[in-house]
Amino acid sequence: MPEHLSEQKLSELVSRAKSVRKNIIKMITEAKSGHPGGSLSAADILVTLYFAEMKVDPHRPADAERDRFVLCKGHAAPVLYATLAEKGFFGHDELSTLRKIDSRLQGHPSMKDTPGVDMSTGSLGQGLSAANGMALAARLDGKNYRVYALLGDGELEEGQVWEAAMFAAHYKLDNLTAFVDFNGLQIDGPVSEIMSPLPIPEKWRAFGWHVIEIDGHDYQQIYGAIQAAKTVKGKPTMVVAKTVKGRGVACMENVCDWHGKAPTAEECSNMLEELG
Amino acid sequence: MGKATREAYGEALRELGRENKNIVVLDADLSKSTKTNVFAKDFPERFFNAGIAEQNLMGTAAGLAAAGKIPFVSTFAMFACGRAYEQVRNSISYPKLNVKIAATHAGLTVGEDGATHQAIEDVALMRAIPNMTVIVPADALETRYAVAWAAQYHGPVYLRLGRMAVPDVFGDGYEFKHGKAVELANGADVTLIANGVMVAPARRAADELIAAGFSARVLNMHTVKPVDKEAVIRAAQDTGAIVTCEEHSIIGGLGSAVAEVLVENHPVPMERVGVLDVFGESGTPDALLAKYNLTVADIVRAAKRVISRKE
Repeated sequence: MPEHLSEQKLSELVSRAKSVRKNIIKMITEAKSGHPGGSLSAADILVTLYFAEMKVDPHRPADAERDRFVLCKGHAAPVLYATLAEKGFFGHDELSTLRKIDSRLQGHPSMKDTPGVDMSTGSLGQGLSAANGMALAARLDGKNYRVYALLGDGELEEGQVWEAAMFAAHYKLDNLTAFVDFNGLQIDGPVSEIMSPLPIPEKWRAFGWHVIEIDGHDYQQIYGAIQAAKTVKGKPTMVVAKTVKGRGVACMENVCDWHGKAPTAEECSNMLEELG
Repeated sequence: MGKATREAYGEALRELGRENKNIVVLDADLSKSTKTNVFAKDFPERFFNAGIAEQNLMGTAAGLAAAGKIPFVSTFAMFACGRAYEQVRNSISYPKLNVKIAATHAGLTVGEDGATHQAIEDVALMRAIPNMTVIVPADALETRYAVAWAAQYHGPVYLRLGRMAVPDVFGDGYEFKHGKAVELANGADVTLIANGVMVAPARRAADELIAAGFSARVLNMHTVKPVDKEAVIRAAQDTGAIVTCEEHSIIGGLGSAVAEVLVENHPVPMERVGVLDVFGESGTPDALLAKYNLTVADIVRAAKRVISRKE
């Protein structure tokens, strides 16, 4: 496995991420509610996972051998749905049903409803525990799949996260790689002002994890961290990915108010134009 | 005196562990009390102590189930249903994951530890969650059957187990049918519907009622959800009066489940024997049962009251 993305792969990721970001904006606008800021900040991580790394087959979403992904920050469901659609788990046309009655695309991910969703999440703090269970099951069953999880930085304020952190290190779950989408903002303001989870890397190190710090919008760095994590033995890996909330849409970048607000139709068309 | 249901649980788990390699067991630093240590001794590679961290305990079980394992998760009922309520709801029941929550030390009969450890609302909490099945076994044999049933059923199950030893209610030939009440005695004047540690007292109450000139039907309602509606309606039709008996708050548990069936189908006079919306306290199990109106005499009094209310 090469440590670096080929030029060809890199340009594919750039184009996939652009499509995912546009779909995030479109689907949230259509739904008239949802969480664009934290979806955009996580987009490059999901695109790299699903298009450069994870062993998943959109035609066999329940394959027992597949790699798993748990979106712990479940409110970023639009980035997961847009990525799954991009990957072919379902059609892009379905994205416009987000948050509507009878839709398979619930406001927060529901594994019973949506092909490709490996765990129901949304209540913050619970996802990493489920990822622990999946990683443990892989070991028990002698399977080689890996488990990926993505947490929010505000989510680190939940106590359960640290219960799960202890557990993963105690049971040496080295088939688990988690990310913190470190965009620095939560609903009520900067994480450092609301209830600081800082310093983040030091906390995970103290809990017994291997920690890698990267720019969460640099595909080579994301990919490099994923590869490095696979070589770590006896420890789970936490990739602390510095990101920008709202990344890719200038008026949303680093603006708290775009945590959980839908763009108007006019704003949407401007944003889509900007994304290209 | 027979065994505590938690003792029977530990033994049942060990048997299951031999038969089914997908069974895994998790505990939160109470394995000596919940008796999961019996399984841990024989199958250490399939036992996971999560430490004193019940939220992660439930979430990890959800993940194991999502990947095809059959986790039995144990801690005290207070922590399984109280501390980790939302993990049980959102991580386990919402996705209908195949997790068995076998909670011990339920009810007042925890005893001396007092109110902080006496879950009297656990059945109410678990019963209110969609997709959840709730079973309250009466004795060791019924516990073994309930555990075996839970293992082969696909979906979340709450098993309510006790700390103290209880008399054996059932013997050879007993057959556990999920969702079906067990008739322990028949009678014409009133039906006593009980579960868990209150089944044995309900039976004795029926005997005492005979001396007073009344005959009572006794039903063991081991499955509170789904409750056996047919048995409740038949009891109302045949005997015209109902008394529920449970070591749980009168709010939300067996009494509520039976009342819901009655009012919508066949209203008859009803009394609830249970904890009267108060917290418990320290004391021996017997002293607590006496002080909180959970004795044979309390059931007999309730039966006489309800019979007197009949038309």
